[in-house]
Amino acid sequence: MNADLARIFAETSYLVAAVLFVLGLKALSHPETARRGMFMAEIGMLAAVVGTLLYFEIVTWTWIAIGVLVGSTIGTLMAVFMPMTAMPQRIALSHAFGALAAVLVGIYKYIEYPAADLGRLRISALGFEVMFGALTVTGSLMAFGKLQELIKSAPVTFRGQNFFNIGLFFATIALYLYFIYDPTATWAFYTVIGLGLCIGVLVVMPIGGADMPVVISLLNSYAGLAAAATGLAIDNKVLIIAGSLDGTSGFFLSMLMSRAMNRSFANVLFGAVGAAPPAGTKVVETRTVTRYTPEDMKFVLENAQSVIIVPGYGMAVAQAQHVLHEIANYLIAQDIKVRYAIHPVAGRMPGHMNVLLAEANVSYDLLFERDAINDDFAETDVVVVVGANDVVNPAARHKKSSPLFGMPILDVDKARTVIFLKRSMGAGFAGEENELFYDKKTMMVLGDAKQTLTAVAGMLKKRTGLVHA
Amino acid sequence: MTAPLLLATAESVHRLSPLTAAEIFPLLFILVLAGFLGYEVIGRVSPTLHTPLMAATNAISGISLVGSLVAAGGHYSQTSHILGMFAVCAASINVVGGFLITDRMLRMFKRKPRGGAVS
Repeated sequence: MNADLARIFAETSYLVAAVLFVLGLKALSHPETARRGMFMAEIGMLAAVVGTLLYFEIVTWTWIAIGVLVGSTIGTLMAVFMPMTAMPQRIALSHAFGALAAVLVGIYKYIEYPAADLGRLRISALGFEVMFGALTVTGSLMAFGKLQELIKSAPVTFRGQNFFNIGLFFATIALYLYFIYDPTATWAFYTVIGLGLCIGVLVVMPIGGADMPVVISLLNSYAGLAAAATGLAIDNKVLIIAGSLDGTSGFFLSMLMSRAMNRSFANVLFGAVGAAPPAGTKVVETRTVTRYTPEDMKFVLENAQSVIIVPGYGMAVAQAQHVLHEIANYLIAQDIKVRYAIHPVAGRMPGHMNVLLAEANVSYDLLFERDAINDDFAETDVVVVVGANDVVNPAARHKKSSPLFGMPILDVDKARTVIFLKRSMGAGFAGEENELFYDKKTMMVLGDAKQTLTAVAGMLKKRTGLVHA
Repeated sequence: MTAPLLLATAESVHRLSPLTAAEIFPLLFILVLAGFLGYEVIGRVSPTLHTPLMAATNAISGISLVGSLVAAGGHYSQTSHILGMFAVCAASINVVGGFLITDRMLRMFKRKPRGGAVS
C-alpha cells in the first residue's frame, strides 16, 4: 500500500477508535445502554489494531502471535472462570498488566532510539512513563496480594516509614530530573525504574483492607497516566486519549472514595489508619448487648412495613448476597417495601456491592446511593446491616476524637429498629467502637451472616411457602 | 549568573532536538482536553456501574497494545521483540479479558419486576 494512504488509514482508524471509546464510556451512564456502548469500544479497539498493523512495517509476526495468543488465552480464562467475588483482585491485577505494558514499551523506545532523536520533551514523557508505570506494577501487585490474602492485609508499618517513603520519592524525582537533563545516562533510566518498583511496594504495604477502594482507584489513575505518557513518548494520539480517559476515570473515583471517607489522598497513603489504635483510648467495654436469634429477626422483618438493607464487606466475605435476595424477595411479595442502601466505600472497590447484588439477581432500581436514601431512614421500620460497621457508625457524626469523625455515614440509627448481622462484637476497621450496638433499638444477631440469613429464609418459607417471583 | 545557565539549558534543548516543541504541544493539547472530556463523561457514569467502569477503562487503556505490536514485530533488535512480546501479552490480557469481564458484569445488571427472581 502507498505509504501516505496507509498513514491516512491508520490515523483514521485511531480517530474512529477515540470517538468510539468516548461513546462507549458515555453509554455507561445507564445500565440499559452500557452493553451496547462496550460493543462500540470493542469495535474501536479492533479498528486501531488493524490500522496499526497495516501502517507500521511488521517484519516478524512470531512474537506478535505468541504475545496475542498467550495474552488472549489468559485474559479469556480469567474473565470466564474468575468468580465475581474475586473482582477487586482482578481489577488490581489488570492495573499491573496495563502498567507493565507501558514500562516495556518505554524501555523498547529508549533502547531503539538515540536520546538525541527523541528530544527532551519526549524524553520527559518516557521517564515519567517508566517511573509511574513501575510503581503501578508493584503497587497493584501488592494490592492484589492483599486482596487475595497472599499477603497480610493488615497495615504493615515500621518506624520512620513516612520519612523513608517521602525521601525515596524525592530521590526518584531528582533522578528523573537528572535523566531529563542527561538522557544518555542509561543508569539513571534503569534506576528510576528500579526505584519506582520499590516505591510501589512501600506505598501500598502500609495500607489496610478498608482503604482499598481509594488505592485501587488511584492505581487505576496511575495506570492511565502511564499509558497517556506512553502515547506522548511514541507519538500515538489514540494512546494519549485512551490513557487520559483511564487516568481521569481513576482520578474521579479516587476523589469520590476519599470524599466518602472524608479523608485526603495523602491521609490514605500516609495515614495507615488502623495500624495502631491510639494508646489509652481503649476502654474495656462493660456494657452488654442482648443477643437475638434468627427467629427474632424473622419476626421483626415480617411485621415491618419498610426495610432497608445495608450491605458491607462482611456480606461479600460470607457470600450472603443470594440468600439475602431470597429474603428480600419474600418480603416484597408480602408488600413490604425493600430497598438497598449502598455506601460508596462499602467493600473493597468502587461499586463492589452493586456487582455482588447484581450477581444475585437483585434489580438495580432497588439499589440506592447514600444521598438518595439517607433521609428515608427516619421513616423506615427495620434496617438490616449485613457485615458493615464503620459506614453506619454514628461516632462519625459527633465524636471528634474518632478516626471516623466527619465521614458521611448512612444514618441507620434513625430507623425504628436496626438489625446487625456480624461475626463478632469486634470494632470496625477504623478501630472505633460502635455505640449503636448497645442502643435499645438495636438487635445484634451474631454469627456467620449466610448461616443466619439461611435460617431466617428457612423459617419464612416454612410459614407460607416462598413465592418464586 | 542565571543568564548563562539559562542560555546553556536552552542551547542543550536546542541541540537535543529543535522541533520537539512544535511536535509535542499538539499532543499535550490532546492529553489535557481528553482529560477534561473524560472527567465530564465519567462524572455521568451511574454509580452502580463503577466496577464495570474500572474494568472498561482498563480494557480501553489496553490500547497500549498498538505500541506493543510495533515493538514486537518492527525493524528492531531481538531484545525489543521480546520486550514487545511481553507487552503484547500484558496488553492483550487487559483488552480481551477486560472487555469480556465488563460484559459479564453488565449482563448481570438488570431491572426486574418485583425485585428480581430468585436464582
